[in-house]
Amino acid sequence: MSGGDQTGSEGNAPRETAPGGAADEIVQEVAEEARDIIPERFEGEYPIVVDGLVNRFGDNVIHQDLSLKVRRGEILGVVGGSGTGKSVLMRSIIGLQTPAEGRIEVLGREITGDDHAQDVDIRSLWGVLFQGGALFSTLTVGENVEVPLREFYPEIDDELRHEIARYKVRLSGLPEDATSKFPSELSGGMKKRAGLARALALDPELVFLDEPTAGLDPVGAAEFDRSTRELTDVLGLTVFLITHDLDTLHEICDRVAVIADKRVIAVGTIEELMAMDHPWIQEYFNGPRGRAAKASHERSRATGSRSIAMDSRGNTGD
Amino acid sequence: MREWADFSVEAGESGGTRLVIHGNLLVSSIGALDRKLREWNGPVESIDLSASGEIDTAGAWVVWRFARATDARILGAGPQAQHLIATVQSSESSAEIRPPLPPIATRVPLAVGELVVGWGKGTVSVLGFLGELLIAIWRLLVTGICFVLRIRLKHPARLRAASLTRQLELVGVSALGIIGLMSFLIGIVIAQQGAVQLRQFGAEIYTINLTGRLSLRELGVLMTAIMVAGRSGSAFAAQIGTMKLTEEVDAMRTIGVSPMEALILPRVLAVVLMMPLLGFYSSAVAIIGGAVIADLTLGIPFWTFLTRIQEVVPIHDVWVGLVKAPVFGLIVGIAGCYQGMQVQGNSEEVGLRTTWAVVQGIFMVIVLDAFFAVFFTKVGWG
Repeated sequence: MSGGDQTGSEGNAPRETAPGGAADEIVQEVAEEARDIIPERFEGEYPIVVDGLVNRFGDNVIHQDLSLKVRRGEILGVVGGSGTGKSVLMRSIIGLQTPAEGRIEVLGREITGDDHAQDVDIRSLWGVLFQGGALFSTLTVGENVEVPLREFYPEIDDELRHEIARYKVRLSGLPEDATSKFPSELSGGMKKRAGLARALALDPELVFLDEPTAGLDPVGAAEFDRSTRELTDVLGLTVFLITHDLDTLHEICDRVAVIADKRVIAVGTIEELMAMDHPWIQEYFNGPRGRAAKASHERSRATGSRSIAMDSRGNTGD
Repeated sequence: MREWADFSVEAGESGGTRLVIHGNLLVSSIGALDRKLREWNGPVESIDLSASGEIDTAGAWVVWRFARATDARILGAGPQAQHLIATVQSSESSAEIRPPLPPIATRVPLAVGELVVGWGKGTVSVLGFLGELLIAIWRLLVTGICFVLRIRLKHPARLRAASLTRQLELVGVSALGIIGLMSFLIGIVIAQQGAVQLRQFGAEIYTINLTGRLSLRELGVLMTAIMVAGRSGSAFAAQIGTMKLTEEVDAMRTIGVSPMEALILPRVLAVVLMMPLLGFYSSAVAIIGGAVIADLTLGIPFWTFLTRIQEVVPIHDVWVGLVKAPVFGLIVGIAGCYQGMQVQGNSEEVGLRTTWAVVQGIFMVIVLDAFFAVFFTKVGWG
């Protein structure tokens, strides 16, 4: 409320707006409508810290003593064979799965603790894109984007909320007319983009993407990768990205974490990982698909299409 | 307490108004500023962002929108702010959030027209479904006859015995408990309420006729049909509907398995076979319920009640019930399977179609029951 007393009423220029009382009334009104959450921006170095995580379903141990740190502003790719618990790890971090043991800290707040009062605050600081998009089927794309805004910031004017939804839809790479479409009218790739728009609705600092390019054609997948990279750079996001797509890993990930043997066995750039002699990592990155992805990545870098993206990344001031 | 972004008004360089923004321009702090700026009217020369804190796209949008509306210049924007303003500017859109509703004068005829056309199409597709079902039954019969006559068929139909047994269990055996309880209670209600009314004429003894004839002719079969529609008709629609959604039905077709033969025939057959048994069971339990209450409150001994039933209930009452039961079963089964096969698109449809299966099943059963009541009286089974 610091600005409340500095409103236009004390300005020395001729006032042509509503009387000062009205301005104070607005602040009062907004403060009453607003929910009692205080989303603080995260200033630390590691938005996600997982320490000694244990997850098990019955006798089936998924994670044993898993530890992982995600750096601020990076795109961290998470890879691992099917059934190694990549999605379970993500669900643990976003609080959908209560781990058996271990500590998880997201944006400086411990989410494995007993203090659930912070849960709401923290949910306003991240966005999640589920594998199938998980759009609400009875709402249009625009309304889907509005849901988190309405939920966390009811004080925002209807008009502004509509405007935010509109530009978020376009920002995520959808055409304008997709805003008023229902999820059932969208293709798989468009659903993912709409899901991304909803994940970005609150301008979060941290975004979780669960296999964003799975099921997309190569052209659509490459476009999605490009948007992810651009948005990450422009909005200063930290991205936790689960993927099987080797091209995605090569093109946009700053670092890659490998899950195997129920733990994160390595985190690093692809070059660093390829230098390791773990059999699974070798098989993964130096297998026929891995080599093809690497070759195409090097080709595209050589032809310069990458250099534009690199430039825009260098320009962001953060 | 949350801190809201705000502005103060100062004189600009060339004498115009300059708005100086304070505070963070984030989605969490923009609420008040946005409303104030929307109420602002009057010329603004420039907007000064140099005193503002952090900014995100929502903040950038609010500033840019206002600058555009008032033709003001944006001053003192840091690199991040410039970047974000450029981003939101290039993403501006005027799209509708919801598809616009047509005016009511168009909408009402549109809805009515769609409804009528829907009825027409529905009738045609129900007929098609019935035809398919009949063909499947016919093929089954032909195969059976050929098997007996030892003629080899090129494409013999198959009766899925395992599937049929499973459905017989689900429709029949697992329903015994709930149908038994329901019928027992209905028997009690008929006998007790009947006795209260008949006592006025001193004709309490006719309670036995009432309970016996009513449950065997009408209520036993009718209530069972309603229960089966709720239990099994809905399950058919939901199961087949979900299989349609997950493309299991399509997969069957491509492998050469006819969904009609593998999914629908066992289910319809199971209800048709089970309904007479369940209906008769239901009537019997209702009579026992009536006998129990008669023993307890009316002073008619249990065994006397049952012996009297034999004397006062004509045997054609049993036939009436047994003739109606398989027909009701057929209706419930077809309603469930047909609605299940109509599912397409999304999961919402499964719920909708399941509801329809139950509603249609029960409605048709009651309509037919009225028809049967008149029919049997006319043929002398009154």
